[in-house]
Amino acid sequence: MGKLFFYVALALVVVSGLIFAPEHAALAIHPMDQFNVASLTGGAVSTFAITNVTLWLALAVVCVFLLMVVGSSRRAIVPSRAQSIAELTYGFIYKMVEDVAGKDGVKFFPYIMTLFMFILMANFLGLIPMSFTTTSHIAVTAILAGLVFFTVTIVGFVKNGVGFLGLFWVSSAPLALRPILAIIELISYFVRPVSHSIRLAGNVMAGHAVLKVFAGFAGALGLFSFLPIFAITAVYALEVLVAFIQAYVFTILTCVYLKDALHPSH
Amino acid sequence: MASNTQDAAHGAAESAPGMPQLDFSTFGNQIFWLAIALVAIYLILSRVALPRIAAVLAERQGTITNDLAAAEDLKAKAVEAEDAYNKALADARAEAQRIAAETRAEIQVGLDEAIAKADEQISAKAAESEKAIGEIKAGALESVKVVAADTAEALVAALGGKADAKAVAAAVADRMKG
Repeated sequence: MGKLFFYVALALVVVSGLIFAPEHAALAIHPMDQFNVASLTGGAVSTFAITNVTLWLALAVVCVFLLMVVGSSRRAIVPSRAQSIAELTYGFIYKMVEDVAGKDGVKFFPYIMTLFMFILMANFLGLIPMSFTTTSHIAVTAILAGLVFFTVTIVGFVKNGVGFLGLFWVSSAPLALRPILAIIELISYFVRPVSHSIRLAGNVMAGHAVLKVFAGFAGALGLFSFLPIFAITAVYALEVLVAFIQAYVFTILTCVYLKDALHPSH
Repeated sequence: MASNTQDAAHGAAESAPGMPQLDFSTFGNQIFWLAIALVAIYLILSRVALPRIAAVLAERQGTITNDLAAAEDLKAKAVEAEDAYNKALADARAEAQRIAAETRAEIQVGLDEAIAKADEQISAKAAESEKAIGEIKAGALESVKVVAADTAEALVAALGGKADAKAVAAAVADRMKG
């Protein structure tokens, strides 16, 4: 059955490659076009314009609502599938916050859950063909990372006062090394939001660009377009994994930074 | 929508070659809508979804704990019932043994009585019989004396003498002693 399905799919790909072959098989690949921000109503992209960003952010909100609110609306003791997923997500992030940031990090759980759900949904929505991936934009991820950075810094100073600076003063190192280490620690602290945001946007953007490049090959190769289409299938599977892993990595790093703010001693 | 995006994309690509991510003119728009989306998700999660899921999870935990406790109770009850059953069984067995022993003792008493009675009767009968035998024996001796005296008298007569009855009897008695 699986084999039959495979051959039917292969035949479909080859036939469609013949039928829809472009008249001029030029290698016109624009892998970055998918990231363009455009107004849906026409006109310039002003601050309050409704753009494709607006649409796909709204869809992410709707998906979070569907999964977490509609999915859990029956409050069943024996959960349905949607409720199971909602509960698993809840338990997964709750345990992560508790394990990494500690018991007193639990009060930040709704914020961290917000970050995780948003990134997860935006990444997965971005994998729908012809969609727009909001998390591929550095503007979006920089805001997310900046929120984490400022929250962590403020919480650190509010909780520990000047003691928060102990994060940079490695008391276990020899005294002579401590000032040098302090400078390194300080730099690494301020690089955190940069790496935090670029990691997410870079991973998502690179994957989508690769998909588009292979799609361009498929358009140019005509009969042999099935080769890049197989490559797209493989890369797409990898991208599904990356979509989850990047959401996970962003969230767990947030928890690690939060732990530093709550317990700055090394 | 796709063609619209495509056109806009071409326009953007012409005006800002390279990465659309670095087109700062769109940052305001993205950040504005992102802020709204994040606030919306935060409100959805913190006001509705998370408390509800936490309640469901706590309720499930409670149900499981209750069920486990109930199961533990029932198990204890089952063990209790088994103990009671075993005890009843042991009691019944002991009672049966006691009754059997009692019955045996009663029967033994009856038996002993009967045996004693029988012994008594037997010994009475034996005494009676002995007495009768004694009488008979005595009777027989007397008869022997009479016969011996008669015989002696007859013998004396036959020999031509005149038998003195007293002398004969004394002789017989004397002989029988010897």
